[in-house]
Amino acid sequence: MTVKVKVENLNFYYGDFQALKNINIEIHENKITALIGPSGCGKSTFIKTIDRMYDLIEDTRADGHILFDEMDILKSDVDVVELRKRIGMVFQKPNPFPKSISENVLYAVKRHGDVNKVAFNEIVENSLRKASLWDEVKSKLHQSAFSLSGGQQQRLCIARTLATKPEVILMDEPTSALDPIATSKIEELLQELKKEYTVIIVTHSMQQAARISDYTGFFLNGELIEFGNTKDIFTNPKDKRTEDYITGRYG
Amino acid sequence: MSNFKRKLKRRHLINNLFMVLLVFVISISFLVLGTLLLEIFLRGYKTLTWDFITSMPSGRASRAGILPALIGSFGVIALTALISIPIGVGTAIYLTEYADKKSKFVKLLQLNISNLAGVPAIVYGILGLAVFSQLVGLGPSLIVGAFTLSLLILPVIIVSAIEAIKAVPNSIREGSYALGVTRWKTITGVILPMATPGIMTGSILALSRAMGEAAPLIMVGAVGFVTFLPNSLLDRYSALPLIVFNWTSRPQAAFAEIAASGILVMLILLIITNLTAIIIRNKTQIRVD
Ligand SMILES: Nc1ncnc2c1ncn2[C@@H]1O[C@H](COP(=O)(O)OP(=O)(O)OP(=O)(O)O)[C@@H](O)[C@H]1O
Ligand SMILES: [Mg+2]
Repeated sequence: MTVKVKVENLNFYYGDFQALKNINIEIHENKITALIGPSGCGKSTFIKTIDRMYDLIEDTRADGHILFDEMDILKSDVDVVELRKRIGMVFQKPNPFPKSISENVLYAVKRHGDVNKVAFNEIVENSLRKASLWDEVKSKLHQSAFSLSGGQQQRLCIARTLATKPEVILMDEPTSALDPIATSKIEELLQELKKEYTVIIVTHSMQQAARISDYTGFFLNGELIEFGNTKDIFTNPKDKRTEDYITGRYG
Repeated sequence: MSNFKRKLKRRHLINNLFMVLLVFVISISFLVLGTLLLEIFLRGYKTLTWDFITSMPSGRASRAGILPALIGSFGVIALTALISIPIGVGTAIYLTEYADKKSKFVKLLQLNISNLAGVPAIVYGILGLAVFSQLVGLGPSLIVGAFTLSLLILPVIIVSAIEAIKAVPNSIREGSYALGVTRWKTITGVILPMATPGIMTGSILALSRAMGEAAPLIMVGAVGFVTFLPNSLLDRYSALPLIVFNWTSRPQAAFAEIAASGILVMLILLIITNLTAIIIRNKTQIRVD
């Protein structure tokens, strides 16, 4: 089994506030890793370090190492634009651009400028198919993305990320704004996606983590309390705090 | 119970009194504005003919027209737009998307831009005269008028562009950056398209204000009476507010009438530009939910 992302002694600070404390974790290729933990424990912060999205927030600092195929993501000379092409991110709230459906899919492809125009239609279709959205939108590719439902918008955001051919996909509570049917669609989709991609997903739903993931990490107050096979975590947690959380004794 | 009723009655009374007061105040301002407009209309509509718009000024009121002033106004405003919008939008982009918001210098800059919007127009006229006319040596030309008006409206354009850019939700920026799109391409790809309606309305309103300004143009040498059309950027020129000003300062009643016609032309242009701004805002407003 290959390790795709290896995190070593990661600390993260918002100004003086330390949001992540000495995190060590190995993310396996073509697996789904779920991150769970109570609100404010640092899950979003953690995935923001992996594609350096924290660069957009002023006065933040990370130390330690995040090795991504031998490259240390945290090094200041890393080309974050290149990095974010290889590590995509899907947000909690669907955030399509105010453009047509096909323009949303092609948005980054066009701006990276390394694909020939003739391939555009194919990219749109492939990405939308992979995001299980093609059949629902193939007849209205030129309509505004805002005409889609919330769940469709979220799958469009996934398609938009897939179009850039990432290796890793980070998802921050991608289904928390969606109804159960839309949620189960995205969960099914994830099982397809992991054949090609490595997925890290933050979720507030323990059931979701148990259903869809291969590995689970439990965060508490900026620390990674426990990490391992999803089955082990949910049936046989080693740490008392993990047990308390998954049995619902924490907020 | 009766106590409660009394209180209720009193509240209604105060409410009604306040209402009456408001209506009174509003009627006064409408009355003043209405009389003014009516007066101008009654004085000016008879002489507002096609000939009036297409003729040169003249010593005789019955033959005088506003053509050079109209062309001059259009020319100077078009140039002002070409100068001020790119600079203003560029500045706004720098201040919102690039500058380190914590830097003292940037904060000072932003504060001062807002202050500059409150500086009297004549001060910009003096600045234009000193810098563009004399220091740079461009004299009393069309381009100097445009530079001067640009200075005048730049703060307004910058402030409205900053507002429009800030109104673009952060989730959209993040979405673009997360796809590995560079800052500049994020700006041109999503931020500017979403901010354009706001930038356009702000700019159009600023330009329509500039069109009505007489004081700064007088300072930099625009004239009320010319009998030729400008055909280069370095030519002398006239402008609508100047020709109106020129006519109103003459003693003959006939000139007061055509001055009113000139004002009507300006009012019509003003209404057209403001309507355009409103239409652009309503048509292109992008829904983000
Ligand atoms: N931009 C920020 N500036 C300062 N502190 C922040 C910032 N973002 C998050 N924090 C703090 O860092 C800690 C971790 O936040 P984070 O958003 O990672 O939590 P989370 O686990 O994703 O929570 P949730 O489940 O509610 O999304 C919290 O204490 C939060 O207050
Ligand atoms: Mg979060």
